[in-house]
This record gives sequence, C-alpha cells and structure tokens, in this order.
Amino acid sequence: MTQMDYVLAAYIVAGAGIGGLLLWAYVAMRRAEHEVKELKR
Amino acid sequence: MHRFANPARFLKIARPATAILFWLGAGLAAFGIYWGVFIAPADYLQGESVRMLYVHVPTAWLSLSGYAGLGIAAFAALVWRHPLAEVALMATAPVGAVFSAVCLATGSIWGRPTWGTWWVWDGRLTSMLVLFFLYLGVIALARAYDEPGQGAKMASILALLGLVNLPIIKFSVEWWNTLHQPASITLSGSSIDPAMLWPLLTSALGFGFLMGAAILMRMRALIAEQKVSARRARMAAA
Repeated sequence: MTQMDYVLAAYIVAGAGIGGLLLWAYVAMRRAEHEVKELKR
Repeated sequence: MHRFANPARFLKIARPATAILFWLGAGLAAFGIYWGVFIAPADYLQGESVRMLYVHVPTAWLSLSGYAGLGIAAFAALVWRHPLAEVALMATAPVGAVFSAVCLATGSIWGRPTWGTWWVWDGRLTSMLVLFFLYLGVIALARAYDEPGQGAKMASILALLGLVNLPIIKFSVEWWNTLHQPASITLSGSSIDPAMLWPLLTSALGFGFLMGAAILMRMRALIAEQKVSARRARMAAA
C-alpha cells in the first residue's frame, strides 16, 4: 500500500463515521418532529 | 444562560442555527480537506501520510472539547437542573463518541505507515480510548434506568468523573514515553508551517460546525420525543 492509500482509507473512514452520524441525527430529528406535528392534529 | 434554558426559546434559535451550522460546516470542512490533500505540501519526514492531519487532528480536538461541553452540561443538570442541560448531555454523548471513534480509527491508519503498527498501548492512545469508553458509558447509563431523570443523573455523575481524563490526554505525551508526537500547537504558538496550519484550522472549524449541527439535531429530536411521550401520557390519562 502506498502512503496515499492510507490517506484515502482515513478519509473514507472519517466520511462514513461523520456522514453516518449526521444522517442518523437528521433522520431521527425529522421523524420525531413529524410525530409531534401528527399528534397535534 | 438561564434565559435559553426554556425549550421553546431554544428551538426558536436552534432551527435556523442547525441549517447554518450544517452548510457552513460542510463547506469549510470540504474546502479545508481539499486544501490539505491537494494543495498543501507533503511533509519532509512523513511524506504524503501527513495529509491525514486534516481529519485526525480536528476530530481529536473536537472529541476533547465535546467532552468538556458534556461536563458543563452534566454540572448544569446536577446543580441547576436546567431543562435543557440533560437534553444537551444526552445529545452530546453519541456525537462525541463518533468523533472520538473517528479520531482513533484515523490515528490507527496513520500509525501504520508512520510507526509501523496500527496500535500501541501508550499513554496518548490508551487515554483517548478511555475517552471513547467514557462517552459510551454516559450513553449506556442515561438509558439504563426506567426513570429518565435517574438515568440522566447517573450519566451526569459519570461525565463529571470522566473530566479527569482530559488533562491526562493532554499531558500524556509529556508525562510518558510515547510514539505519539507532542503537541505542535500550543497557547504560545505553532511549530506547523503556515502552508499546513491554515488548511488544518479551516477543516477544524468546518468539523466543529458539523459537530454543532449534529448536537443541535440530536437536541431537537430529544425535545420532540419528550413532547410525544408527554402528549401520549396525557391522552392515556384522559
């Protein structure tokens, strides 16, 4: 493996971790806030 | 601070702030990484592998500052019983856990070409792993009780006890012999060349905004979940 392969691996891991966190936080927030609106109706 | 402890007032600010932090953070992080990976020079000693700096160091800084924030929220939850402090505590823990996991993983990947090993049980790496476990402990304790208030109280106590780990992480490279290099950026200055320092600070600011956006999203979700539970309880009682 070249040094750039390790660099690429590090950014893939970071992208998956932080991207996954943001996606989970967004979906959970939208779902919970949608549920509040539904219950208010 | 007490003025913003009202969830309605908090939500009024958090809704626009979430989008601003997210888009600003995504833009700055992407620009900082592009600058660091494609424009900044390689290191004279480490070569190309130094380009992992622009993600590893920001996630390390944010793991530590996230835990300091967790400690402040825990203190406010225990002492003043702020309605939002417990929410902030429970929102910050999973976000900090992911940032510290990314810091550990990218550090391990950087260690292989630089030190010749993925992992070594030295002071810096071990204390960082302890920080990750502390985040997991706070998440687990907050969910371990049927009574949510009791869970938050126990999680707050653990979060406060865990603060002792922050100076251990910071000074581990000075107290013990370690493969990890000492700090390059201190209060008195930086030993990093500006060609590498600026992209590092840009990506750190970007990741910081993204962390803020994730915490706000988690807080909004938790507040909405509390509203749903309260409304369902009222409907069941009626």
